[in-house]
Amino acid sequence: MIDLARSMLRTAGVAALAGVLAAGAPQAWAQKTLKFIPQADLRSIDPIWTTAYITRNHGYMVYDTLFALDDKFNPQPQMVDRYTISPDQLKYSFTLRDGLKWHDGAPVRAADCIASLKRWEKRDPQGQKLADFTASMEVVDDKSFTITLKEPFALVLDSLAKLSSNTPFMMPERIANTDAFQQITDATGSGPFKFVKEEWVPGNKAVYVKNTDYVPRKEPPSYAAGGKVVKVDRVEWLYVPDASTASAALAAGEVDFYEQPPVDLLPVLEKNKDIVVANIDPQGSQGVLRFNFKNPPFNNVKAREALLYLVDQSDYMRAVAGDPKNWQACPSVYACGTPMSTKQGSEVLTGKRDVAKAKALLKEAGYNGEKVVVLSATDQPIVNNQVLVTLELLRQAGVNAEMKATDWGTMITLRNMKDPIDKGGWNIFHTWVVAPDTATPLLNNALRANGDGAWFGWPDDPAIEKLRDAWLRAPNLEAQKKIAADLQVEAYSFVPYVPTGQFILPSAYRKNLDGVIIAPVTFLWNIDKK
Amino acid sequence: MFAFLIRRILATIPVMGVVALFVFSLLYLSPGDPAVVIGGDTATPADIAHIREKLGLDRPFLVQFGTWLWNVVRGDLGISIFTNLPVSRLILQRVEPTIALTVCTLIVTIAVAIPMGVIAAWKVGTWIDRLVMAFAVLGFSFPVFVTGYLLIFGLSIWADLLPVQGYVSIANGLRAFLPNMVLPSLALGMVYTALIARITRASMLEVLSQDYIRTAHSKGLGTSQVLLGHALKNASVPIVTTIGIGLALLISGVVVTESVFAIPGLGRLTVDAILRRDYPIIQGVILVFSAAYVLVNLLIDVCYTFLDPRIRY
Repeated sequence: MIDLARSMLRTAGVAALAGVLAAGAPQAWAQKTLKFIPQADLRSIDPIWTTAYITRNHGYMVYDTLFALDDKFNPQPQMVDRYTISPDQLKYSFTLRDGLKWHDGAPVRAADCIASLKRWEKRDPQGQKLADFTASMEVVDDKSFTITLKEPFALVLDSLAKLSSNTPFMMPERIANTDAFQQITDATGSGPFKFVKEEWVPGNKAVYVKNTDYVPRKEPPSYAAGGKVVKVDRVEWLYVPDASTASAALAAGEVDFYEQPPVDLLPVLEKNKDIVVANIDPQGSQGVLRFNFKNPPFNNVKAREALLYLVDQSDYMRAVAGDPKNWQACPSVYACGTPMSTKQGSEVLTGKRDVAKAKALLKEAGYNGEKVVVLSATDQPIVNNQVLVTLELLRQAGVNAEMKATDWGTMITLRNMKDPIDKGGWNIFHTWVVAPDTATPLLNNALRANGDGAWFGWPDDPAIEKLRDAWLRAPNLEAQKKIAADLQVEAYSFVPYVPTGQFILPSAYRKNLDGVIIAPVTFLWNIDKK
Repeated sequence: MFAFLIRRILATIPVMGVVALFVFSLLYLSPGDPAVVIGGDTATPADIAHIREKLGLDRPFLVQFGTWLWNVVRGDLGISIFTNLPVSRLILQRVEPTIALTVCTLIVTIAVAIPMGVIAAWKVGTWIDRLVMAFAVLGFSFPVFVTGYLLIFGLSIWADLLPVQGYVSIANGLRAFLPNMVLPSLALGMVYTALIARITRASMLEVLSQDYIRTAHSKGLGTSQVLLGHALKNASVPIVTTIGIGLALLISGVVVTESVFAIPGLGRLTVDAILRRDYPIIQGVILVFSAAYVLVNLLIDVCYTFLDPRIRY
């Protein structure tokens, strides 16, 4: 009966609309268009100027990289055809693939690549490290260039294949010569899609069309590596700020792919037979509880250690990601599932939770009921939900904890402040980091412990820094793993931060999509719309 | 009248100047720094200082304000910090959806609310009056997003009649444009319909108790002539005032509707800019809103002279 009513209503409605709307119907779009709701609004088109993940994803659409990581986290040639490393490990020689062209038709030259690397090195920490080890970068001919090192650095190819922000995307020299602190205005790349700037409406829509000149590699896609074969003519990124509306649009078939539906809407989407809900990001993200080392009580290691006895990652992950299939407890400071991940030294976090021990440690640290400020961004559920758990744990341990609730834009400004609490300072903030950004001692910013030069909170531990330096100079993977494990042991002793677990945010897409790539970044090549 | 118009238009200039100074000061004093947002997690203090310098945020308040004001006077609203696009282009992109939504909502509102209010006043005390008032209370009580979700569920998901979200420019033809406007106009129009129906009823009740209405009935005029020709015209000043206020609110205050139906209007542009501290957009949009408010009020004042010949400027 309900179906009959619905059918009648639909017929009547269609007839009424057809009668009312006398204007001619637009021509049917003959091309294949993939309609995609991205995780955020595309606000900047310069993936070197900003670290925003949405701009990184835009970068993967428009630009190409010299190397790219595969699903084993090994760097594979992408724009590079062949390369050699000198026996003394000091000279890397690269030759570009045939047929590489910029979107304006000009050929990709070695000089473009060197200019792009130089701009990237000014903004990216891994790039800066590569620059520290580099003696020179020189053009050999239009298709070849060399990087000569001052001393061996095992991470040259890994750096060129950096998966997440800032990714070393290649740009034409005329664009790459832009000051690294100035935004570019021209999105000419050599990647599999071309950006249609005229159709860009920030806050609403970004449009890409297939780059018909792009020559994909022959290998199958694997993370960012392999062939980037584009199977649709046009991709529209439609920013839909309201999650319920976005889910409804997917259910109604108005869009094909919803990158990050909120966890509370997943059960609804899972019930829809036309929709696939899948984890396309194998590692996901790690939650972070960060201390401020400038203010008591967490300038004392005993107080930080107390948190290791309080934090139960499953509490945090239930609050952030809900269903246990979307999260895992992961005590490793390197994202679980990445080559460096280890459990070494983390027993204190995985053992029995002990509030009494935490209270005793806080007392040893000299804590005497002073106000403890936890920053929160209420417009970011992943942050705010972690904060609520932390507040509860701190109160259980007798801490006079208070939440300073703001929005994300304010919170990331407040966390810059080194002031004491009575002048607006803070003690703890929460955030989350995607797995590729916590995969190594070099990439994990929260592990830096170089005082005022460190990430917000400014921990100072020469032992961590020494191990990090040793890791950078490790000759091979085995040596890297050993040092990374030692560094984790030191991290659990010094406690620069507490990992609160590892979670994934599943994606949802229509069943008629085929070829969705499983990777930490959402790539839109290889996807066909049947 | 002409002198009045000129006076009023000239009076907008100091108003806009005060608004500009107030908004600029407020943004300057509020917490939040676009350089930090841009720099991201890996930025060092030196990087952030460099970004601030590039954006001109390190200059003294008066220098920043003076530069901005001088550019505005020359018709340049500046460049968005994040998108690197001219603010005027971003505002122009959003004007059409905002006006479209405003006009469609007003059409729905006026077409439904005024007849409802007139009928309720005519049938005062009957079940029809109570039904209209019940609708008015409900319409006013329901948040727009709830109405929006219910409409999406009923007319888009369940009945599959209308699109869930999005905006299609009127340049693509009415057939493409109108389906996307139906649900947001209904959702947003419900609140304004409730408001205007109540005002119409109250205003009509006052007029209907006047002697000249009794005289009109005594002369043998029909009900519709009395209601529409005599009563409604004289009751229209407060109705027009309310419609005018609603119009001004619709231009700037429909961010929830725009978010629920993914319409790229000025409301969302403003909120997004505030959240990421994109100062040039905030300043530009608020100037535009101020101008719109002033002009709408002027338009209402002019309308009064047509509706009530006793009003002269």
